Parts: sequence; structure tokens; C-alpha cells
Amino acid sequence: MATIKELAATPDRLCSGHRLCGGCGASIAVRQVLMGAGDSDVVVTSATGCLEVSTTCYPYSSWSTSFVHNAFANAAATCSGVEAAYKGLKAAGKIPADKEIKFVAFGGDGGTYDIGLQSLSGAMERGHNMVYVCYDNGAYMNTGIQRSSATPKGAWATTSEVGEVLQGKTQKRKDLVSIIAAHGIPYAAQASVGNWKDLVAKAEKAFNVDGPAFLDVLAPCPRGWRIEGDQTVEIARLATNTKFWPLFEVENGKWSMTPVKEKDLLPVSEFLKAQGRFKHLFKPGNEALLEEIQADVDAYYEYLVRRCAETV
Amino acid sequence: MPKVTTLAASGNQMVGEAFRQAEPDVIAAYPITPQTAIVESYAKFVADGRVHTEFVTVESEHSSMSACIGASAAGARVATATSSQGLAYMWEVLHIAAGMRLPIVMANANRAIAAPINIHCDHSDVMGARDTGWVIFFAETAQEAYDNTVISFRVAEHPDVLLPVMTTLDGFITTHAMERCELLDDETVKAFIGEYKPKHSLLDLENPVGHGMFANLGGAYMQAKLAERRALDNAAPIIKSLGDEWAAICGRSFDMIDCWGMEDAEYAIVILGSAAGNARHVARELRAQGVKAGVVRVRVFRPFPYAELAEALSGVKAVAVLDRSDSFGAQAAPLALEVYTALFDAPVRPAIRNYVYGLGGADVTLEILHQVYDDLDKLAAGEANPGLVYLGIQ
Repeated sequence: MATIKELAATPDRLCSGHRLCGGCGASIAVRQVLMGAGDSDVVVTSATGCLEVSTTCYPYSSWSTSFVHNAFANAAATCSGVEAAYKGLKAAGKIPADKEIKFVAFGGDGGTYDIGLQSLSGAMERGHNMVYVCYDNGAYMNTGIQRSSATPKGAWATTSEVGEVLQGKTQKRKDLVSIIAAHGIPYAAQASVGNWKDLVAKAEKAFNVDGPAFLDVLAPCPRGWRIEGDQTVEIARLATNTKFWPLFEVENGKWSMTPVKEKDLLPVSEFLKAQGRFKHLFKPGNEALLEEIQADVDAYYEYLVRRCAETV
Repeated sequence: MPKVTTLAASGNQMVGEAFRQAEPDVIAAYPITPQTAIVESYAKFVADGRVHTEFVTVESEHSSMSACIGASAAGARVATATSSQGLAYMWEVLHIAAGMRLPIVMANANRAIAAPINIHCDHSDVMGARDTGWVIFFAETAQEAYDNTVISFRVAEHPDVLLPVMTTLDGFITTHAMERCELLDDETVKAFIGEYKPKHSLLDLENPVGHGMFANLGGAYMQAKLAERRALDNAAPIIKSLGDEWAAICGRSFDMIDCWGMEDAEYAIVILGSAAGNARHVARELRAQGVKAGVVRVRVFRPFPYAELAEALSGVKAVAVLDRSDSFGAQAAPLALEVYTALFDAPVRPAIRNYVYGLGGADVTLEILHQVYDDLDKLAAGEANPGLVYLGIQ
């Protein structure tokens, strides 16, 4: 992996001056992922969402490289079309055979776990040489914090309200990395803006495999998580240290986890209580729900440990 | 002189041949009846190494148009084909293809829209895409489907148009029936279509571009839409001129509307697509009996040839507009709405009756077409106009 000095010297493909909120995890995720492409030419596709609306306010653009936005559900299909054009134009002799371009698509969790899942699955199955990155903040933040299938159990969102009979979202988060890994693609990983070294290393791998790669990057949203803008990275780290967001990868079928030091491990409640979207969970009467969330987190972690052991 | 091969072929086969000759860099397509034979034939061209096309077998029509949009923004020549529910499923991205000014060519096998589900011909699918900003051709025959498709690539990629083009043919009737067709040699067709030279390719990284940017408040959105309207309006003379250029090569004339017997017609049918042949047959029978019957077939539906239609219908006593789709809740069906518009400013307006016919592949018999001309005779004689009628069942 490149040194931090080398990474700092990679081209700024998403430039400063964009209109994402202060502390937005998405811009950190995008910039760190693109560092993984080194000096290569990269064409960026984005699904409709915060990233797209905040970086492409016509007649301005925050992108110094070619960028395409199509719609909400179809970033993967669109990117696959761009990649197919590259192949087709190479076959036609209109692009030199040795010209290398990398293709990356970004979508939020709504655009990836939910409305864009079919498009993503199709692109992964077809084997396009592209990287799909989900910047995962666990809700439809652009439209005003509605729950998605990435929203954690118990989280408040404007469509998973907290009230007399309901305490936020009742369902668990969908395990998207396992779903994508099941496509048998060369590389799939879960990463976080809380660990830049791990994230950039995974992005490098994703850009360098021959075929599709997928990254699910935890990207806290201060507005939606009800945290301060300067807490983004700290809370992303807490997510990993509480096993809520384990960092792992599936490389050619082999599962492995980025270990957390024993001394850093904390119960999930430490992650939850740092955020306003979970504050109701700490009111009297919700003890059982907190225990249930801890049990879910432990079970998923054990599942990952098992997968890693199975594929040594 | 072009070399011409005469063959018995279906419309799907002829569209497949036109695609092969245009040789897109990317085709992204999804199967749907009765279009599938187009992409199946293309898959064989790919498998046999006859084309360099990157053939993307997507998982839905939404993704086929989405991948076409990505590929076209990346500077590739792009084509696809669909029908019915598939076209409806693309609706969102049809607007985006046109709004992003991407010269994608798509064949559509015209088919009914559910519910009830029905795989046979009508024009409900295309009319659902009427206002998406695409150029829309309607073919009557397999031969014309070929000619329209060849012309479509030139129209779409013309620097003063840069819009997607839909080349449509009637499901089963034209897609599947075998006809005598003429296929021009590859060299001639390739020379006519020429090479596509994109101006704003994503892959030209020396000159990075942004496609599909966010034009929210501030007027840029409305300016983009005005540019789109102008492009489609301006496409009309370009379509005519490219159609004439192709006509000079292939020997088949090109007109935005195809007129039969209209020099002195008193009663006219206005129609789209494959049923025009039956209408002309009946008009010919009536002519033998001394009735001055004529037929106007609209070949280019968007941009709509209002002036040509008004000219063709001047001097006619009564007009029957035959629609193979409906616009529920409107006073008239889609083609009739255009005819009313075309004739609104005419110094003398003929009487107009609107019929909906052949939905879901319902037979278009000579008897019901005779009934239409009989009705027109009565209408011209002052009988009350009953408004829109479902022909043959009402």
C-alpha cells in the first residue's frame, strides 16, 4: 500500500468547495476510495443522492475527472454501460489497446441496498471491471432521514418513528456484503471512514482486481445520526470497536477480518448512546431492546468469525 | 450502385441486419416478446465474431436503458430493443436519455400494455413514451423497419439533433411475419451511416466532462428543456433530408407521411403502422366503386408532421383517425389529438371521427374498415358525430 505521503499526493478528484454538510462521511469515503486508484484515470458514476446533488450543482462541478449521474436505481447499470463502451471502443480501435481507465460507481445505502440492488446485482454478475462503492449512512438522508434496509434496528428515522408503541426501526440491517460476496466476485469488503488505512488498502485492492469489486463504507451522517460534525470519524471508529461495523473483506472467496485490539473492544451501547437517533433506547423500558441489539451484533460478529475460519 | 440482396425476412430480422450494419459499440438489451428475435439475432452476430459490439445482457429494461445511457455518455454508438412492459419499465430513463442528449437508437416492437396482459400489437406502449423527447418512427412493413432503423442512426447522431430515436414496428404483424425484403450491402450502408464522433465523451479524460448534472432552481433546467424542444423541432427537416438521401440510395421514397389517393380524396383515413395496408386495400375497392377514398399514414410521429398532414387533408370532406391506443379521459386518442391540432388552423376543417381499433392485436378486418368509410360518408352528409368509437365492438 502507498504511504500516507504518497496518498496525499494523489489527484484531488473530488475537490473542495462542494456543498456536502460539514462532517459528512460521504465526501471522506469518496476521497479515500479514490486515493486507492493512485494516478490512474478514473470515470466516476453516482446514483442520485446527497453526493450527487451536492457536487454537481450546474453550472459548477466539484469533480476534476469525468462524472456521470443518471438516476437513483441505476448507478451500477450506468457504470457498467460506461465500462462496456470502453471495451467496445477498444474493440473498434477507437481507444488505444494499452489505454487504462478505471470505473467507479458511488451510491448511498438507499441507492444500493434498496432501489439499486437489482442493478448492482446484475452488474456484479456480468463481471464488469468496475468498483461499486456504497457510502453507507444507514438511511435516506438526502430526502430527510427515512429508514432504509441499511438502517440499524432501534434507530429513529422519519419513517421509523419513536412513539408510544414503536421504538424506532424494528428490523435488522440487511447484510449486503454477504449478498454481494455470494455473487462470487473477486473482491467485496466492508470498510469505514473511521479507519483510513484499512479503507484505502481495500480500495486499492478493489481497483486492482480484474472484474467487479464492491465496498460498503460506513459513512456517518451528522444530520441523520444526530451527532456533531466533528464526531464523524470518532463515531465511525466506535462502530468498529463495538463490533457494530466489523471491517472485513472477501477476496476470491476468502473471508478475513481486520482485528480490533482486545483493549479497544466496547459494548454496542457505547456506539448507540453517542448518537441522538438511538437516545430513546436508553429510556426505562427499553432494556430488552438494547440486549436484543447486543445479541444481534454478537451473532453477526460470530458469523463473520465462522466465515473467516471456514475459508482459511 | 449498391448491391441488393432480396430475401424473405421478418421485421425483427431486418432490424437485426440494420443494427449489424450500423455496428454499435455497445448493445445492452433484455428479452421481451415480440422483440426478442432482434437481440437474439444480434447475439449470434456477436458469437460469430461478425461485429465488434460489446453486448451487455442486462437484468432488466431499466438497466438496459441505463447502461445505454452510460455507454452513450462514454462516446459509444449504442442501440437496444424493447417492447411493451419493457418500454414502460424504462420510462424514467427514456426522459434521461433525451434530456442528456444521447443519440441512442432503440427498436420497439409495438405491443399492448397490461392489464389485462396481452402480448399482441397495439401502440399503447409507444404512446406512453410519446412525450419523453425521443424521435419516433413507425414502420408499416419489415422493409420500412429496416429503412427507418438505418436512417435512425444518422438522425440520432446528427450534431444538430443529438437525441435518442425509437424505430418502431408492429408486434407480431411486422416483427414476425415474413415479407419480401431488400437488404443493401454492408459497405453502402456503413458509408451512409458513417462514423459517430462524440463531442463530450466521458472517456476523453484529457477533457473531463460531467453528464447528468443537477440543474435545480435558477432556470438552467428550463433552458435545457427549451434546448430539447428546439432539437426535436429542428430534427424534422434533418429527418426529411436524411430520409431523402437514403431514398436516393435504396430507391424507396421517404416521406414524413405516406399518402395514398390523397390528390383528390374526399374521405380519408389517418393511421399509423401495419394496418395502413388494409386501409389502402379498402380505399382501392371503394375507388373502383367511384368513392374518392384516401389514406394518410404517419411515418414520423415525433417530431409530428403537422404541416404535411394539414396539407394532405386540405380539401377532404371527412377524416377518420384510427388509433391503436387510447388516452383514457381525453376526448380523443393520441393520433387524433395530433390531427385535431394539425387541422385547428385550417381555413376549412373537415369533419373528424376518431376510432380506437386493434387493441391487443384485435383483428383489423376489411369489413370494419369499410364501416369507417361508410361512417365518413354519413358524417359528411350531416349525421351527428358520436365521438370516439371502439371499432368493431361498439
